Amino acid sequence: MRPLTEEETRVMFEKIAKYIGENLQLLVDRPDGTYCFRLHNDRVYYVSEKIMKLAANISGNKLVSLGTCFGKFTKTHKFRLHVTALDYLAPYAKGFGVAAKSTQDCRKVDPMAIVVFHQADVGEYVRHEETLT
Amino acid sequence: MEGQSVEELLAKAEQDEAEKLQRITVHKELELEFDLGNLLASDRNPPTGLRCAGPTPEAELRALARDNTQLLINQLWQLPTERVEETIVARLPEPTTRLPREKPLPRPRPLTRWQQFARLKGIRPKKKTNLVWDEVSSQWRRRWGYQRARDDTKEWLIEVPGNADPLEDQFAKRIQAKKERVAKNELNRLRNLARAHKMQLPSAAGLHPTGHQSKEELGRAMQVAKVSTASVGRFQERLPKEKAPRGSGKKRKFQPLFGDFAAEKKNQLELLRVMNSKKPQLDVTRATNKQMREEDQEEAAKRRKMSQKGKRKGGRQGPGGKRKGGPPSQGGKRKGSLGGKMNSGPRGLGDKRKGGQRPGGKRRK
Repeated sequence: MRPLTEEETRVMFEKIAKYIGENLQLLVDRPDGTYCFRLHNDRVYYVSEKIMKLAANISGNKLVSLGTCFGKFTKTHKFRLHVTALDYLAPYAKGFGVAAKSTQDCRKVDPMAIVVFHQADVGEYVRHEETLT
Repeated sequence: MEGQSVEELLAKAEQDEAEKLQRITVHKELELEFDLGNLLASDRNPPTGLRCAGPTPEAELRALARDNTQLLINQLWQLPTERVEETIVARLPEPTTRLPREKPLPRPRPLTRWQQFARLKGIRPKKKTNLVWDEVSSQWRRRWGYQRARDDTKEWLIEVPGNADPLEDQFAKRIQAKKERVAKNELNRLRNLARAHKMQLPSAAGLHPTGHQSKEELGRAMQVAKVSTASVGRFQERLPKEKAPRGSGKKRKFQPLFGDFAAEKKNQLELLRVMNSKKPQLDVTRATNKQMREEDQEEAAKRRKMSQKGKRKGGRQGPGGKRKGGPPSQGGKRKGSLGGKMNSGPRGLGDKRKGGQRPGGKRRK
């Protein structure tokens, strides 16, 4: 278990910022406790300082998980966000889709063109069964 | 009908024979020179056929090659043959053409230490006989080498000298001395060789047993010895109580687990702020370099125009020589780009200084 390096922090923040934007600093700097990101076996865990101090007493190869797993770093050092991070990202989520056209193009396009891609997870069809046709 | 076909066949057979003969015999004005030892045939006939062939002499070249090869093979068939493992083989004579050297001449080697010394002192090698009479075995033995005449390690009786320890093994002592002499000789030989090839001897500081080595030096020497195997130390066993070497892996330094939480938070917030700022970050070094390059290009263009108009002397000094006040300061400091886009030239540099750790780029006036 170790803290993230500069490079790893940057990669991870860039990924998370795509979902919650500048609300990310609310994750870093919380009013109700000191939380930190720690790396263990290539997985990034978001854990409160208290729990982390307890987890430090467990030897590395016996420690399975601590706090909440936000995601993991792949072998080529890319960051993959996991669904376990949803609880922390949901309150700060921005918008619901990825823009399909740039701002300028959006103004000139015909009324039936696709402007936003709403990428849903599989559970959305189950969660919003009534509202979706 | 059949008779006709039989006649035709016979005529065809005759024709084939004639053709074959024609193919085998080749007429040349000047006979070829053969060096059968090298399977070489030299044709000295003037190549008139090739010259009047035109742009595509492939057919003539092929015919010429075929003729010459035929002649060479005819010569080979005339050689004495012998049978080697069920194949008939021609025995080639000695080659007569002298081939040039494959490799260049060896350069003269530097003298060994003994040779230098001998040259200095004027010592010349004394002529010695190869064999010496050995009284003990009453036969002629070599002066040195295998079963030599006076080999002190092979003596069966050694008197213990008066001042020596009575429990010392004199035989072992002599064998040990011999081993040391051999090792010393080998070392000198290798040193001479290294000098000849101007190779660098691997740095052996502390790897020779001196008796005054510290624990760390000994440990290092042991490590080096362990790694000096064909598998680079992978299958070397350790002694029962020997510990694994510390600090032999790649070094990576991480922040401590319970470091300063406040500092960690501050760094992360700073990183976020830099990431989130809407305006693109200005890489001051790249901006200034770009600006300077533009100015240089303008000056060059102006100078060309002036020289074209004919004002040689004035033109050179007019727009000014290259000003080299700025570049050295920029060239050295290239600490990481933060985005790298330049919005507008000179004005942008002044306003958009962000972050505390960037070196201030100096603008040339």
